[in-house]
Parts: sequence; C-alpha cells; structure tokens
Amino acid sequence: MAVNFDEVEVGTELPAQSFPVTRATLVRYAGASGDFNPIHWNERFAHQVGLPDVIAHGMFTMAEALRVVTDWTGDPGAVVEYGVRFTKPVVVPDDDRGAVIEVTGTVAKLLEDRRVRVDLLATSAGQKVLGMSRAVVQLA
Amino acid sequence: MALDPSFIGRSYPPTEPYEVGREKIREFAVAIGDANPVYTDPEAAKALGHPDVIAPLTFPFVLSYAAAAQVVADPELGLDFSRVVHGDQKFEYTRPLRAGDRVRVAISIANIKSLAGNDVLTVKGEIADESGEHVVTSIMTLVARAADDAAGE
Repeated sequence: MAVNFDEVEVGTELPAQSFPVTRATLVRYAGASGDFNPIHWNERFAHQVGLPDVIAHGMFTMAEALRVVTDWTGDPGAVVEYGVRFTKPVVVPDDDRGAVIEVTGTVAKLLEDRRVRVDLLATSAGQKVLGMSRAVVQLA
Repeated sequence: MALDPSFIGRSYPPTEPYEVGREKIREFAVAIGDANPVYTDPEAAKALGHPDVIAPLTFPFVLSYAAAAQVVADPELGLDFSRVVHGDQKFEYTRPLRAGDRVRVAISIANIKSLAGNDVLTVKGEIADESGEHVVTSIMTLVARAADDAAGE
C-alpha cells in the first residue's frame, strides 16, 4: 500500500504519533544499540554533568520520529535520506509515566523522480527536541 | 585546544566485516518499539521486495559510531571525548541494511570547524557490502563543547 506521488501535495500532513519513553525504554535501547553513556540511565551522573535528569538517547528520538514516515510509506526502504539536529534533550523522569515524544510530519517539497521532502516536528514537554528534521522519500 | 583543520579529509582503514543478523535486527526493532513486520518477518520483507528482513533505518549508526572510535582515539587529532555531544546526524541510503549483509565501515573526517568556542567535527562513515557496493552513509556531527558548558543531545 505505497503512497502515490500524485496523491500528495505540499502541506499534506502525515498521521501524527506519540511515543512514550520510560527509564526501562532507555535501558533497553542502551542494550540494543551498545550506547551505555551513563547520562541515559544514571541520574547521579546526569546531575554531575549539568543535566536536569536522565535524558533519552538522541538516536532513540531520531528513530521514533522517523516512524511517522515509515508507517506512512509502509516500506522503510522508501526513505532515501534522513537527517536531524539534536536541539534539546528529552528528559526522562524516574516515575511510571516517563516522557512522551510527539511527532508530526508534513510534505514540505515535491522533488524530482516522484520524491518528496517530509519535514518532521518532534517535541517533548512542549520543547522542540529535533531541529532540521527532514526525510527525502521515494513515492510510487 | 582547537582541533587542527588540516585533519579534514583524513581517512581510516575500513573496519573488519560486521554481519547483520536477524535476531540483532529484531532486538533493535523491539528496543525502538517499532512493530513493522519488515524488520522481523522475512515473508513480509519479501513482499516489499527485500531479500530478507531489513534493519530499522537508524541501525547503521550502531556500526558507524563504533567505527568512529578510531577518530576519537586518534592521538594526533587530540579530541577530548568527555566534552563531546552528538550535534547532528544524517543518513544517505542506497538501500536499507538487511539480514545477511557483511559490511565494512570506512570512516573519514569530512569537516572541522570552530563555532562559538566549540570544536565541530563532522565524521563520515561509508558502509559498503562485501562486493564493495554502497549501502548507506552515516554522517555524524560531534560537538566538543568549550569547558563548563551544559551537556546537549
């Protein structure tokens, strides 16, 4: 069920999604990715380096944001380029709720060869956590 | 101490092959909470034209970051890793990584600049399969903060 280039225009919105993040999420991601930087699981260490609390891996946030695109295309192989800037950390408190990453995506530009540029907006606790978050996607 | 811009263009030997495994892909997909069957079910992957399950698109960072340790550990460059945060990340795909791939990462220093007292280092990781065909390029921008600045990422 690929998205057809002829059915999108600049301003087409992708279905928005919310992604919960708890301390358990970060421990699991640390193990799967091999990134054991203690700022992602050790509150004491996070405070020592001037952070308000444990923060999510930037690459975890980057992975979540792209799901808005890959759930839209169905096939992740449609993504040709993907880039982000890590602007603010996702702060993850040690409680049952953790944090939430909210992601919206909009078709920003129609490109050659039936490709589009999708601009993503990712926020957590009202702060923009990714900047310049863009994916180039090959449509059918 | 600012990094020496003459290191721009320095390249490092390709890493030993990394074999992408189905179960590692599954573990990573579970960790990011992504239930797309293209990561776990070979039949679902084939239905989309992939020879086997593919890896989530940020997975190549696991390889490129490990390979970038060569830059971090390069005594001639002298990067103070305790001050480094991940500033930007970009991927350019020829295709997704997939189970069964044996890939090498060739690391190079794409750029070095100074911005508001911080060193900004751009490290490029070219990931290629056994036949030397390009799979994905991972471009990491690392920011070595001036002393006593707050941490980012």
